[in-house]
Amino acid sequence: MTTLSGAAALVRALEHEGVDVIFGVPGGAILPAYDPILDSPIRHILARHEQGAGHMASGYAQACGRVGVVWATSGPGATNLVTPLQDAHMDSIPVVAITGQVPTTAIGMDAFQEAHTWGISMPCTKHNYLVTDVADIPDVIHEAFHLASTGRPGPVLVDLPKNILNSEMTWHRPGQLNLPGYKPSVKGHPKQVISAIEMIHRSERPVLYVGGGVIRAGAAALLRQFAELANLPAVTTLMARGAIPDSHPLALGMPGMHGTYTAITAMQRADLLVAIGARFDDRVTGDPASFAPLAKVVHIDVDPAEIGKVRNPEIPIVGDAYAVLEQLIAAMHKRLGEELAPRRDAWFATLHQWKAEHPLFYEQDPDGKIQQPHVVEELHRLTGGDAIVVAGVGQHQMWTSQHWGFERPNTWINSGGLGTMGFAVPAAVGAKVAMPDELVFAIDGDGCFQMTFQELITASVEKIPVKVAVMNNHSLGMVKQWQRLFYNERYSAVDLTDHTPDYVKLAEALGCAGLRADHPSEVTPTLEKALAIDDRPVVVEFRCDPDAMVFPMVPAGASNDDVIERLEDLG
Amino acid sequence: MNHVISVLTENKPGVLARVSSMFARRGFNIHSLAVGPTSDPAVSRMTVVVDGPEMEQIIKQLYKLVHVVKVMELSGADRIEREIMMVRVNAEPKRRHEVLDAARIFGADPVDLGVNTVTFELSGAPHRLSDFLELMRPYGIVDLVKSGRIALAKDPKTKEAARAALRSA
Repeated sequence: MTTLSGAAALVRALEHEGVDVIFGVPGGAILPAYDPILDSPIRHILARHEQGAGHMASGYAQACGRVGVVWATSGPGATNLVTPLQDAHMDSIPVVAITGQVPTTAIGMDAFQEAHTWGISMPCTKHNYLVTDVADIPDVIHEAFHLASTGRPGPVLVDLPKNILNSEMTWHRPGQLNLPGYKPSVKGHPKQVISAIEMIHRSERPVLYVGGGVIRAGAAALLRQFAELANLPAVTTLMARGAIPDSHPLALGMPGMHGTYTAITAMQRADLLVAIGARFDDRVTGDPASFAPLAKVVHIDVDPAEIGKVRNPEIPIVGDAYAVLEQLIAAMHKRLGEELAPRRDAWFATLHQWKAEHPLFYEQDPDGKIQQPHVVEELHRLTGGDAIVVAGVGQHQMWTSQHWGFERPNTWINSGGLGTMGFAVPAAVGAKVAMPDELVFAIDGDGCFQMTFQELITASVEKIPVKVAVMNNHSLGMVKQWQRLFYNERYSAVDLTDHTPDYVKLAEALGCAGLRADHPSEVTPTLEKALAIDDRPVVVEFRCDPDAMVFPMVPAGASNDDVIERLEDLG
Repeated sequence: MNHVISVLTENKPGVLARVSSMFARRGFNIHSLAVGPTSDPAVSRMTVVVDGPEMEQIIKQLYKLVHVVKVMELSGADRIEREIMMVRVNAEPKRRHEVLDAARIFGADPVDLGVNTVTFELSGAPHRLSDFLELMRPYGIVDLVKSGRIALAKDPKTKEAARAALRSA
């Protein structure tokens, strides 16, 4: 029988879960845990801000599929985790957050660095704990990892008062899970699966509506197999880019507010939507009353509450995307026998015509200002698309999602649901830690970059050689785009100035290589230089067109029948 | 339209906060909420009366809470429900008898007598409580407290037995 402090038990419990890295920032209440971590094989990465540590854990989890771990101290340490926790909650990312807390005797006394972490984190986690008995630590940590990684994944927070971390306990391996109220469905109802196959088989204008759940479930290969078997064109949402290769003949690209004309319009004209791991988000549906008006819906999701939340499906299937796709494939094989799936020639002819007539569009004037899609496409060409691409939130994110041809799952990491500016730099650091042999390239906006660039210090000190393209249009570009379109060009608080900071000097000050491209002709050589540096992080500034706008666009709340493809469409 | 849901939860600290926070952040209105133990000390029961049409979503969102074990919507015909209230009514000495007579018909017990008021306790089905309140209103209601509804599903076996009897008749 080994007697351990709560802090040592915590570290041992984390080792027991197979944790190899913790992102964190120390402080008073979490101090006891910082001692046993010195003797643990777990790598600790010292972030410069707890928000950064939280997004690193998310980036790590999204890149490799394992649970990301972050820890922080009480009070401000914990409150700084609120944004990454809510971000992970919205995008169903498996993260375990551990926070120090003031001693149990001080809770409620407005103690130094006290915050009601349990209450604050409740609505932004899948579940959370306040541990009040040191003996509970192994079981609580085991439950936290189980909850974070099963069913619909999400963040789980464990709040640990300092006196609990300092108390002694007899170590025991975590026992049986005791979660009587937690029984996520894995397999779909077999009868519903057969009904779905029948409906799919009979449909004339089907669309597979693929969401991030397919990526989380590791089901991309099965999805592709099913799409091919059943002959279904597929749209991949912002969270699902890469679930089916963009180069695949069945791929229609991204739907939604800045999706492709073909993806948006295919859903509007479809007679059947097969939604898998997607949640009919408002950025996809536009005005829900006019969304996909002709379509019957098969909705497959691991979270029963997503089914019928926005749209009532004809056939609901609750289950894990991987398990249900296996069932669908088996059932479709049985249904088809020796036959092939319906050819749906008329539907595919229409889709191909739309693709030909309504491609994504931008123009790079060789003597004009740098267009962001040009940078994205050049980087793709130079790397063969073989990289993990990480974005912040805004115009650069949409352009990257549109113009990067995604060929593999888990190679696109961005903040979808919460839309967290500043996500890219720390998430890229986390992704690179998870996948050190992959090229990790953050494509960030200048507004986003200014929110979290301090984590490049973490990257250079910890030798995590990420690359960051700063798309400097010296504005908060997406906000500016909305002010131009919807506020009569009355620009308010969107100018970031074109000379401050000097990103090259800033990069060097942070311990990174700093490069700059001013002119379109410099884009390719500058990217080549950036790709050649692998001994430290690289920041490449692209001085971009400040007036460029992202199209296509469906304005917020408008019908998806009204796609604006270019500025001239507005009249 | 009021719906009554019976929620069985693990008896853990904070579970009431989890349930009420979920209702608040999803924009569901709680009409009343009563919490108490069950025969199993590890399990608590909440009886929640909610307004609004989103019952399916409410039930699914409740199930997402890890400490929620079982959720049942109890339809009007299939539930027994009770509420308790105490109501203080103006009753000057000259009208006191009138008030007490009316209360007797409802089976409301006077539990406190003041110089110019009487306080009644009444428990029963919610509509009886409302009827009594309507009757008392003209005298002037000084104070009112209600417990919130508690409800149980009727024994399903009673129904089955009745149906069986009907078939054999």
